[in-house]
Amino acid sequence: MNFVDSLQEVVDTLRSHPLRTMLTALSVAWGIFMLVILLAAGDGISKGVTHSFRDDAVNSLWVYGGQTQKPHGGHPVNRKITLTNDDYHLLSRDVPGVEHITSRFYFQFRTMTISHGNRRGAFDIRACHPDHKFLEKSIIKRGRFLNDLDIREARKVAVIGVAVVEPLFGQEDPMGKTIVLAGTHYTVVGIFDDDGRSSEQRKIYVPISTAQLLSGATSDVKQIMFTLDEKHQERSDAVKAAVREILAGHHNFSSQDKSALRIRDNLETYARVTSVFSGVRFFVWLVGLGTMAAGLLGVSNIMLISVKERTKEIGLRKALGATPRSIIRLVVEEALLITGISGLVGLGAAMGLVHFVREHLPVNDYFREPAVDLGTVLGATLVLVIAGVLSGLVPAYRAAQVNPVVALRDE
Amino acid sequence: MIQLDNVNKSYCMGKGEDASRLHVLKDVTMRVDAGEMVSIMGSSGSGKSTLLNVLGLLDSYDSGEYTLAGESMSELSPTRAASLRNRHIGFVFQSFNLLPFKTAVENVALPLYYQGIPRKKRLRVALENLEHVGLLPWASHRPTQLSGGQQQRVAIARALAAKPSMLLADEPTGALDTETSYQVMELLTGLNREGLTVVVVTHESDIAAMTQRTVRLRDGKVVEATTNAQDPLVPAVTL
Repeated sequence: MNFVDSLQEVVDTLRSHPLRTMLTALSVAWGIFMLVILLAAGDGISKGVTHSFRDDAVNSLWVYGGQTQKPHGGHPVNRKITLTNDDYHLLSRDVPGVEHITSRFYFQFRTMTISHGNRRGAFDIRACHPDHKFLEKSIIKRGRFLNDLDIREARKVAVIGVAVVEPLFGQEDPMGKTIVLAGTHYTVVGIFDDDGRSSEQRKIYVPISTAQLLSGATSDVKQIMFTLDEKHQERSDAVKAAVREILAGHHNFSSQDKSALRIRDNLETYARVTSVFSGVRFFVWLVGLGTMAAGLLGVSNIMLISVKERTKEIGLRKALGATPRSIIRLVVEEALLITGISGLVGLGAAMGLVHFVREHLPVNDYFREPAVDLGTVLGATLVLVIAGVLSGLVPAYRAAQVNPVVALRDE
Repeated sequence: MIQLDNVNKSYCMGKGEDASRLHVLKDVTMRVDAGEMVSIMGSSGSGKSTLLNVLGLLDSYDSGEYTLAGESMSELSPTRAASLRNRHIGFVFQSFNLLPFKTAVENVALPLYYQGIPRKKRLRVALENLEHVGLLPWASHRPTQLSGGQQQRVAIARALAAKPSMLLADEPTGALDTETSYQVMELLTGLNREGLTVVVVTHESDIAAMTQRTVRLRDGKVVEATTNAQDPLVPAVTL
């Protein structure tokens, strides 16, 4: 019995019950459609989240001064701890494992009016060290970022984001031109881009020493940020402890006083979020497979009904010489054909929808480039085929046991 | 062709305590020679359908010996029985049992499908058989588009398609009017004259009278075997 022949036989029987075949096929198509859509949605969300972390280096610690809550060394509680240049030097010198380090300082206001000629606009000004570009993952498009000489000599230079160029310079080339900030002129020495949130492209960086000098020669900093040489939680926990120890000694607060320093651990946050998303992915698989299983149970159930309805036909086929094996084959192939074709239709529809969404999705921070990879699709197809055979097996054995005498008995 | 020796068959009725055995065939001994046309007669419940099922390898028997074309039929596996049915036996049923979603020619070709014959050849052979029963013009009609007599002739063509050694007809005229019944019987006797062994189960004596020999069953026993008058050339066969 060749394949085309038995396929023809199966197609004949399926066509004799078009509505039932359609409904069964629909349930399977829906199942795999949902599975793929859910997987793609999970993928999109998880990519969105991962992407939102691209803004900053993942293995970084951000240290802010806080307020003490424990009396220490004769000092009362609620003392405000302000970080200074000394802390920056201490941390860069004494904390093992620090890779790139910068402090950050703001003028009186974070956002200030900048002008170039007649053009003006409001932008965020960040005063920082050269290593800041590693922390924020700034991509230098033209010129350079801040360097050590800028810091040492407190030069009046600025590096501007790509989104700053057009409002201030229009078609003009900004390189080497001057921008005015609070009455001080800065020379533009570089233009940077940033993969993170679009607001990151509207920043202007100036040397921290310059900003401190212009703000009354202060040595205060708002925060100290650094990346770690190793990217695992044990390392960042040890470094956090070391930071607390060193700064506690310097500012005379208890190293146990958690509120004296605020430390933002990006690695910990990242790990927490990614673990949530591996949970989401597991859940998505669970729901998707559940939907598909329901579809396949439907096929199995409908095949059982179909076998029962076709008892007479099966009995006749047996009388005409059908072996039990050929009856099993007929039913299993029928189940396989329904699940196979409708599964592929569901798969195709889902892929189409995913593609459409990917092409037409407005850029946002939460959902990006949903996709299902080839391995997942092949896996789903394999599951489908196996399940198709399985869903046909029970009804097939039921069919093989049909007694032609009983089946053909005239009422 | 067929030799039955003291074949017994009983069914279990009910379950557990109430179970009782219904003895359907009691020491049935009969013989059908190749090329014969034999009718099995009996009232309802006489065991004639069971006998036909045993003959057609659709049902098993408990004791005795059944020899078909020189081969013992005891202890058959379902697969072996299927293959013997396919090669040796053509079935004709009271209610035709054509598959409604297949055309006449596809119905006729079905036994050949189970012989593994390619589709093209199947359909060619099926058309030849349809021509034999005079239904070539109706080859692409579905059963519902055919009259009862035509349906039964399609069923006979189907029974012939695999070139069986014998035809087993279970009340082949039971669902037909008298005129059509006679046409169908004419077709069957014609096939018999061409050399086919035919066994017809019926409860109508006029139908039985068209066969060469009649075996009467009562309560599962063969009570009488008579040679029918209209064909004096065939000698009476003793049991």
